[in-house]
Amino acid sequence: MLLLSAADVSIERGERRLLQGVDLSVASGQVWQVLGANGVGKSSLLRALAGLARFGVEGSIARFEPLLYLAHAPAIKGALSPLENLRCHPACDITSSPAQIALALEAVQLGGFEHQPVGSLSAGQQRRVALARLLLTDARLWLLDEPFTALDGAGCDWLEECIRGHVSAGGAVIFTSHQPSRFSELQQDLDLGSYAVS
Amino acid sequence: MRGMWAFIHKLGSPPWFFGFSGTLVRWLLPVTVLLLAVGAYWGLLVAPPDFRQGNSYRIIYIHVPAAVVALAGYYVMAIAGAISLIWRIKMADVAMRAAAPVGAVLTAVALVTGAIWGKPTWGAWWVWDARITSMLILLFLYLGVVALFEAYENKTAAAKACAVLTLVGTVNIPIIYKSVDWWYSLHQPASLKFTGESAIDASMLYPLLVMIGAFYLLFAMSMLLNMRAELLWQHRNAHWLRQRLDVS
Amino acid sequence: MPSVDRPSLSLLAAFGRQFRRHGQALMASLTDVANPLLFFFMVVTLFPLGLGPDPLQLASMAPGILWVVALLASLMVSARMFASDFEDGSLEQMALASHPLSVLALGEVAAHWLATGCLLAVVSPVFAMMLGLPSQGLGVLVLSLLLGTLCLTLIGAVGSALTVSIRRGGLLLSLLIIPLNVPVLIFGTAAVTEAVMGRDPSTWLTLMGALAAGMLALAPLAVGAALRISLDS
Repeated sequence: MLLLSAADVSIERGERRLLQGVDLSVASGQVWQVLGANGVGKSSLLRALAGLARFGVEGSIARFEPLLYLAHAPAIKGALSPLENLRCHPACDITSSPAQIALALEAVQLGGFEHQPVGSLSAGQQRRVALARLLLTDARLWLLDEPFTALDGAGCDWLEECIRGHVSAGGAVIFTSHQPSRFSELQQDLDLGSYAVS
Repeated sequence: MRGMWAFIHKLGSPPWFFGFSGTLVRWLLPVTVLLLAVGAYWGLLVAPPDFRQGNSYRIIYIHVPAAVVALAGYYVMAIAGAISLIWRIKMADVAMRAAAPVGAVLTAVALVTGAIWGKPTWGAWWVWDARITSMLILLFLYLGVVALFEAYENKTAAAKACAVLTLVGTVNIPIIYKSVDWWYSLHQPASLKFTGESAIDASMLYPLLVMIGAFYLLFAMSMLLNMRAELLWQHRNAHWLRQRLDVS
Repeated sequence: MPSVDRPSLSLLAAFGRQFRRHGQALMASLTDVANPLLFFFMVVTLFPLGLGPDPLQLASMAPGILWVVALLASLMVSARMFASDFEDGSLEQMALASHPLSVLALGEVAAHWLATGCLLAVVSPVFAMMLGLPSQGLGVLVLSLLLGTLCLTLIGAVGSALTVSIRRGGLLLSLLIIPLNVPVLIFGTAAVTEAVMGRDPSTWLTLMGALAAGMLALAPLAVGAALRISLDS
């Protein structure tokens, strides 16, 4: 099943054209890693695919909604506890019970931190709060911008497991990362270097 | 009907619009200058002096047209903004951007001429009269649009943001004008009364109408010239423009 | 994983959740709530110092002073209305939610109003008495501020949504929304003045109510559109 198809997408930022002629179709069961040097337009492409950027984006993009988009900014309020953050997360269109959220927090190794303000946690732990959303969504298409940032080895392994599980259950993931490939047999690469406009 | 749509469609194409507006300006320029000259001569020299204000009233031949067209200019901007938001026509962004400074200048002209008129009439350069206060608020509304456009780095986003702002402003302008009217009548300053408004004699009215027409044309022409300047900048590297301007 | 069957969220629940999230964040930093009140307090103090302590003069100017200061206080807090949501990425997530962005934003605006405008209206009699506002005006002052700060907050939300992506947008915000706030100021001051004079203020309160109703219907649409533009700049 096709979850996202983009045809002849070009992206401009300011007066400058970053990317041109990007074609991408993502079906369920696929993992795509978006590659490219800093500033080539990886995050811009992800935002365009998510539907957040329209100005300066040309071409046709069709996506299966709801999708889950995880950006650099984690959409987590420092003053709220992890539990409250996930319970009132603005993008979750389904309701999760406190027990389900507690289970998800347990999975990202934040058991015991449920009621502490997120602002008092470390950067890696805050990242984990954001990632716990992956366990509380029914979105089939995940767009993850640098999801491995700030995670320790165990965290990266957990995320890898999580992505594998999602994909084998019929989902699809597009992510950006500078880390070497983690999903060797599953993964397909989208190298933006070949679409960059010099 | 189909002809009209085709025309609207053509308006959205920069090369076509550039040519069309060029022809239009060439025709508008002499007509505007002629109307301005006729209106000014008629209003300033031929029309009879006012029985109370003498000759000082003649500034209405600048003040009133500027005020009328300044308000209309905001609505022009709002219509362009609505077109930009609904049909996403880029030319509407250009039109809105072009109308804002012209409208702001006209509002300023209306305010300054109002002050000059106020000195001999009321003995003060500035009086918190309902209409002058409304004009001042209109100036703020214009400046807000111009400042918002300048503040955005992404000019497409800037145009859309200004479109939203002008639409909000358009809904509010009648409320603002009405509330300022009520505010004024609530406080009833004893002796200040606007003349001009009450039954104006035909010999004074006709030159005023000519001047209002002339200011409308002046607004249209300035806006078109602004749009052309913007198009020149936006398409400075485009093939069609280089061809048209004979630059290789 | 999409394994567990969970109920989807109704529009009202989505509104409520956003209200709760924003409200909790506001409550957590009490300075955000206290600052506008302190500002109000301090600016009210400035007027007797600037105008002289004559009780009669102060009392006659009190409706105007209180309303102008309320407007300025609302202006001050409007600048931050969507700022933290923009910075921490919440706005992006709100825009991606399947519920309309305008409804979610309205949830935040409601929380914001309760914590600022509504609170200000409730404590305003204290400041009014410091300025010697006759007691027959106090009730109308609170009522007009309740309705009026709702209008001010909604207009402030539009301005905040338009300028949230702009660095140092604070001054620009005042240029954008002060002209739009003029009717609120006029209706509010008129209502309190009429009440102080012993006349019936209901005309002005009705007008203010109509304004609030109209804005409640239209402002969220503008806020939603403006937030999407801000996210995309």
